[in-house]
Parts: sequence; structure tokens; C-alpha cells
Amino acid sequence: MFVLGIESTAHTFGVGIVSLDGEILANEKSVYVPEKGGIHPREAAQHHSSVAASIIKKALEKAEVDFSEISAISVALGPGLGPCLRTGATVARFLSLYYDIPLVPVNHCIAHVEIGRKVNDLEDPLVVYVSGGSTMVLTFVDGKYRVLGETLDIALGNMQDTFALRLGRKVGLKVDVHPVEALAAKATRYISLPYVVKGQDLSFSGLLTAAEKLLEKGYPAEDVCYSLLETAFSMLCEVTERALAHTKKEELLLTGGVARSPKLQKMLKLVAETHGAKFAVVPPEYATDNGAMIAWTGFLAYKHGVSIRVEESFINPKWRPDEVEIPWR
Amino acid sequence: MKLKFLGVEESNIIYVGAEAVLVRTKWFGLEAVEKIRVPKPYRDPALDVQIRQQRTIHEAKMLFQQRKNGIPCPVVYEVNLSKLSIVMEYIEGELLKKALPKLAPSSLSRVMEAIGSYCGQLHEKGFVHGDLTTSNVILTPSKDVVFLDFGLMEYSPSLEGFGVDVHLFLRSLESMHSSKKDLCFKYFLEGYAKVRGPQKAEEVLRRVEEIRRRGRYVRKRT
Repeated sequence: MFVLGIESTAHTFGVGIVSLDGEILANEKSVYVPEKGGIHPREAAQHHSSVAASIIKKALEKAEVDFSEISAISVALGPGLGPCLRTGATVARFLSLYYDIPLVPVNHCIAHVEIGRKVNDLEDPLVVYVSGGSTMVLTFVDGKYRVLGETLDIALGNMQDTFALRLGRKVGLKVDVHPVEALAAKATRYISLPYVVKGQDLSFSGLLTAAEKLLEKGYPAEDVCYSLLETAFSMLCEVTERALAHTKKEELLLTGGVARSPKLQKMLKLVAETHGAKFAVVPPEYATDNGAMIAWTGFLAYKHGVSIRVEESFINPKWRPDEVEIPWR
Repeated sequence: MKLKFLGVEESNIIYVGAEAVLVRTKWFGLEAVEKIRVPKPYRDPALDVQIRQQRTIHEAKMLFQQRKNGIPCPVVYEVNLSKLSIVMEYIEGELLKKALPKLAPSSLSRVMEAIGSYCGQLHEKGFVHGDLTTSNVILTPSKDVVFLDFGLMEYSPSLEGFGVDVHLFLRSLESMHSSKKDLCFKYFLEGYAKVRGPQKAEEVLRRVEEIRRRGRYVRKRT
């Protein structure tokens, strides 16, 4: 009796398997890395469909599970890139129909939160979720995760990647430190950049443009990278601190792809300490998109009777986490 | 929060927020409050000073300007740019959040109407408070209202800004004073409409309803 989860919202096709007592048995993935530039949705979708079968097989082998033992298929139906979502959803619908097992819809953002909560053993954290597609501060209130603050335009990870590309660096590679952060480590000074916090919300697009202008004017890339990250992370820390002071939560969780950033970890840890909260970060294998988080969240939902008919299993590229009922909390 | 570095008596600290600390003090013999924006250890010192400096100056400016506009708020005594603090008039009284449950019905209508009309007056001039809640209004012993915390105030003459202001106030009523919220909000709107006229008040109210329907603020979709 196992739950198999499929992730395909953006660059990663991932498959996770969770046993019905909640143990993660497999977390296999294949990541589409563009030749140049950012993610091309159609090419990413083509990558996903070409690797889907082999990644599922690998996950089953790793977990030492036969498909006949799978009780439910969970799939991330959003938010994400349409063509990529459709590929994962098609695979999941087929498996659900062919093996006649329930299909469980999972919101990708919620999965990032739930995996972070599971691996760090957290009760009720304030969550900072930062990735290539999302930048949000969330917490659980009355049956749903509520958004306490978020980006008004591009996501933090998107900003970093775009700037790295602008500097001629490749992104999406398996590296410990993001190229922009690696350059920032060699900086000598802070250059003033637009700091945009609107109430509890953030805006990064003007900041990105201003940083690009600094490059054009001939400022050293190291200093610009440092100033860009310092400004963006400080903005995020400010809204996090306000949310922490307001909600008085005793735990702070950093999750999502950008959670791998040592600089952001260090800054948010200081924020947590100032308010006497425990600080936790999701480990790297669960920080970036992965199938295990979809399987785990699918497992939680399945246990609480959540499933969807194949005919109704539409993808939703703009599915917000605060629209999702959370029966398991 | 560790505040030893501020060098103030712990017993004089009135309030510790996410951004600033309020300290009871004297200014040339006058009863005063010092709002100190504290340095944040997580950010670059250059950025830290820049942010605290901008906000301190901005808030002092807003307090000064709104007093001229007739909005009751503390008098600014001094802006200390080395410490990044504002020394302002000490207002005797109680936070509305605490005082509201104890108010007699006749005072309640008068107080809420006054808040509504001052809010309307602010909006007529094109400003939004930015954080209008029952925690940012003081009720004096003579039951007059005084507005506080102008750190997020801005010139933003748009229906959206006005709507957000009124929505925030309504939300603070709901979360802290749910049994009296309808009555309170009714009086608030009466005061608001007296200053801005029924048509503009209606427009703002419609915008508030629209804001509430946007997913992130909705508890239950109705």
C-alpha cells in the first residue's frame, strides 16, 4: 500500500513514493536544463514526456515496490507552466485509469510547505516559501494556509536566474551556490538599489532593472550581485519579521528552491532568533522541485479522503495555495 | 528582543514592534515618547541605515503635515538623525483596542464617527494611513481620538488605497471586536460620508467589498 506522486510543474519531472505509514521510499527526478536562456515551456514538456516512463520505473525499483501495490496516484495540478503541468497530469490520469486507483490533486506550493514541515518535524511554523516561481510568507489559520505577504511581480528565484543569465552564467545546473550568490561573496561594498516593500508585499522587477543598469554603467559584477541579493533578501526578511511579530509563531520554516541559499538561511536565522523562534530549513533534496513532496502531500490528502475524478482533473497554472482546503491539519 | 544596546531603562519601554521601540521620556520638561528605529542585524549596515533614515524622516514629515491638515496626531518635538528616532508628544489615554470593549454606546458612536471623519479628511487630501487599525488609535480621557504610527502613510490618491485603508480598519474590528463590529463600522461610515459625501463613501465601500472578495483575504467565499 503506497502513494506515488508526480511533479512536473516546471523544469523537473520527479516521482516520489511514500508508504502508507508516511515513510519516503523513493525520490527520483530528471531536470530539464535549457541549452541557453530560461525554461522554454514546450521543450521542458517534451523533456518530461521523454523521461516519464523511465523515472517512474526507477522510483519503483528504488522503493522496491510493484505497481500493483500502489494505492493512489497524486499529481501536482498547479501552479506551474501549462505544457509541463499537462504532461504530468496526462501520465497521472493514465495510471489512475489503467490501474483503477484514485487520483489525488496536490497544490505544488502546499507540497513545498508540507515536506518542510515533515522533514523538520514542525508543528505550526510561519513559512517562507521562495523558488523560481513563488515568493510567499504563509501560515496556517482556520483550515487553510493564508498568504501573509507575497511578490507583486516576479519571484525571487526568477530574479536571481534572470540576473545570472544577464551575466552570461548558466542556470538550472546542480550547484551548491547560485552563480549570483557565488559572485556576491567576492563583493567589496553595498551599492544602493530600490528597496520595494508595499505593506506586506514585495516587488523585485524594478530592483532587477536597476541592478542591470548598474552593470551597464560599469560597476563591478561582484558588488552589483551582492547589492541585489542584499536588498532582495532584506526585503523578504522585513516582511517575515513583521509576520513573525504579528503571528507570534514559535517556528520559522524556509522552503522552496531558493531555500538552498546560505546567505538567505543566515539572514532568516537572525530574524528567527530575534523573536525567539526556532529556525528550520528544508534539506537540498527536498528544496528544489521533487516528486517526494507531491507523494507525501498526496498521502496526507488521500488519508483524509481527498481525490478527484479524472474527468475533472484540470490543471490550474495559477492555483493559489490559499484556495486549498487542508483537512489534515 | 535584545535591547540592551539602546541604553534605555527597561521600565521606560512602552512597546516593542517589529521595526521600532517606543520609550517614555522627557523633552525639555515635556512628557514625551521616543520612537527609535532599531538596527537590524541581518542586513548590510549601509542598507540598514538608509532604510531607517528614510523611514524616520518620512514619518516625521507625515506627522507634521497631517497636523497641519487637522488630523489629531502627536506633535513632533525632535528628529534625531544620529539615533534615527523621533521624539514626540506623549498622548495620555488608552489604545482604542483596549478601550473599545468598555465604551458606553453613546461614546462608541461619537468615537467611531470621529475616526471615520478623520479618515475621510485624510483621504480627501489624497493620503492613506497604510496601517489603520484599532491598535493605532489612542482614546484620550476626554474620549477624543488621536492617530498614531504614520510610518506607512503615503500620498496615494486612488480608490484602491482608500479601499485598503477602510478594509484594514474593518478587519481590525472583526478580529478584535467581532460582537460590536457592525455597529462600529456603521458609525465609522457615517463619519466618513459626512466628510467625503455619500457618493464617494459609496464608491469606497464598494471597493472594500471587492477587496474582500479577492482570494487572499477571504475566510469563506460567500
